[in-house]
Amino acid sequence: MLSTVLSFLPRAIAQGIPLLYGATGEIVTQKSGNMNLGIPGVMYVGGICGVIGAFLYEGTLSSPAAINPFLAVLIPTLFCLVGSLLMGLLFCFLTVTLRANQNVTGLAMTTFGIGFGNFFGGSLVKLTGADMPFLALTATSNCFKKTLPFATKLGVVGELLLNYSFLVYLAVAVALIAAFIIKRTRTGLHLRAVGENPATADSAGINVNRYKYLATCIGCMIAGLGGLYYVMDYAGGIWANDAFGDRGWLAIALVIFTVWRPDVGVLASFLFGGLYILHMYIPSGMNLAVKELYKMLPYVVTIVVLIISSLRNQRDKQPPQSLGLPYFREDR
Amino acid sequence: MHKNREPLFHIVKRGDMPWYFSWGVRAVAIALALICSAVITMLVTSENPIQIFATIIDGSFGSERKFMILLQNTAMLLCIALALTPAFKMRFWNIGGEGQALAGALASAACMILMKDQSNLLVIPCMVLTSILAGALWGAIPAFFKAKFGTNETLFTLMMNYVAIQLVAYFSVVWENPKGSGTIGVINPMTKVGWLPEILGNKYALNILIVAVLTVGMYIYLKYTKQGYEISVVGESERTARYIGIKVEKVVIRTMLISGAICGLAGLLLVGGTNHTLNSSIVDGRGFTAVMVSWLGKFNPIWMVLTSFLLVFLGRGAGEIATDFGLNASFGDILTGVILFFIIGSEFFINYKICRTKSAKKEEK
Repeated sequence: MLSTVLSFLPRAIAQGIPLLYGATGEIVTQKSGNMNLGIPGVMYVGGICGVIGAFLYEGTLSSPAAINPFLAVLIPTLFCLVGSLLMGLLFCFLTVTLRANQNVTGLAMTTFGIGFGNFFGGSLVKLTGADMPFLALTATSNCFKKTLPFATKLGVVGELLLNYSFLVYLAVAVALIAAFIIKRTRTGLHLRAVGENPATADSAGINVNRYKYLATCIGCMIAGLGGLYYVMDYAGGIWANDAFGDRGWLAIALVIFTVWRPDVGVLASFLFGGLYILHMYIPSGMNLAVKELYKMLPYVVTIVVLIISSLRNQRDKQPPQSLGLPYFREDR
Repeated sequence: MHKNREPLFHIVKRGDMPWYFSWGVRAVAIALALICSAVITMLVTSENPIQIFATIIDGSFGSERKFMILLQNTAMLLCIALALTPAFKMRFWNIGGEGQALAGALASAACMILMKDQSNLLVIPCMVLTSILAGALWGAIPAFFKAKFGTNETLFTLMMNYVAIQLVAYFSVVWENPKGSGTIGVINPMTKVGWLPEILGNKYALNILIVAVLTVGMYIYLKYTKQGYEISVVGESERTARYIGIKVEKVVIRTMLISGAICGLAGLLLVGGTNHTLNSSIVDGRGFTAVMVSWLGKFNPIWMVLTSFLLVFLGRGAGEIATDFGLNASFGDILTGVILFFIIGSEFFINYKICRTKSAKKEEK
């Protein structure tokens, strides 16, 4: 039993981390009133940009042993951040500056982002004419996966709490910092004001467009790291098309589940990660079909939370009031 | 003296535009998008642009079969877009078209599989009925909670998609054929029970005809009926609607029943009409693309014929480029994305104009 728990929890956490990045990014975005349904696409772009960065860096090496762990982590991370930032800028340019519909723009970004990821992932090898049969960046991945050397020696506690790579701790840190900023700082207050009622925020002298731009771009960069974590750590540096799956949508589900609180997201993402892989641990015997029903759980749970939070109608558990609505000063 | 810096430009909302102006802007946007796509393709394939455009056209008009697939895909996309439109007009963001269509598809497939020994006279009416009911139910659940408790419908309908996808995945295993494959092969290949009849000697013709009728019907429904009027009042201002005595809750639920029902019908046409099988990707993302079709067509069923045709045409063209030049099939998605960004961006120039701010001195004169 204990060994099952010991194998289940780390895997649930590993599954949860991409969701946590995505959800934190989307919460920051949504707090500014922007509903970015392009997050699944952004996470693909983040992942593939990291892959491209790692690929270019590994291409300059004479042998995999010559890899510089610092650069091997830095370059893909930078590529990932720049790629997701560009997606964020695109979304903001279309929805804030050009005042386009957010849902439509977001869905188009998802189409584009997933296509972008799969295209470059699938043909990166072909385009550069390398002689590898598939895209495996194991050397870079090993740098990403470095854990504390003494973690496994500390028994159960060490294995459960300390035996993860830096991106896992970064995800938790980012979520906690985001929660702190949103809830406790002046910047966060302004951000929430913009999301709740931009007209009021505007008349209080807050630059609405600047907050929307910054929140969405930072949110996209955070979400992009989720894609990077998935490829480089979870998948061991192997890019396979569509492997990331619908995790992006699950991240959006997580946003609702946590009632827009990144700190709650830390544990909730592990719960979702657990629900996502629960079907592998259910002794269903021959009945494969039931496993498909278990995969439905995260979505059903989210719907239930959505309904309950609207039923109870508590003011602190609602979506930002002007979520998804554009703001034009002239239309007030 | 401190002087406030004036921005060089300011943005003014345009009044009503003649239709040729707005479509002119869109045409320019599409042209720019095509040029941009061609440049991207040239960078990737180093082919000349004329070759690239020829390939795009070839993807849709290259053969009779390609042309029929173009029409069929347009019809199915349009069908789901038509379903979403009344909801959108009501400002109810139904992005659950995918799930509602899947629910319909699942119901049709269930009839075909469970009633495989019955006659078509019984099976097909059952399929029509159950798939429409299933789609309507899938749409009405979020509508009920939106109407009663104000639950966010965008997120609710989005989640319902994945519930439907997993439900279909579940039944794909339950009804797997052959055993162990985890997929449902072609249903009733010999007896053709539940296969919608072919008309005009073409398996796509029936779908196209039904959607054509539906387009006209939806146009009339939205424009000339009382219910259509109620939808647009609720969409424009819920408070006004309440004030003039429209029961908003009733309109929301009724409209989503219609919206879901038409999505369910789309599922029926996909399973019974063309694919004769069921899998979780049978709707193929049309539930999402349809959102863009409806929005780009300004929620007008007639314009939506054009926008759905355009998106399918460009998508097929992009796919053809991918296969012809030996690229990954996802290249089509990139081009579709680029084209959509241009069209989405162009709406700004239809709704607003940018004026140069006149300096204060000039105005004094």
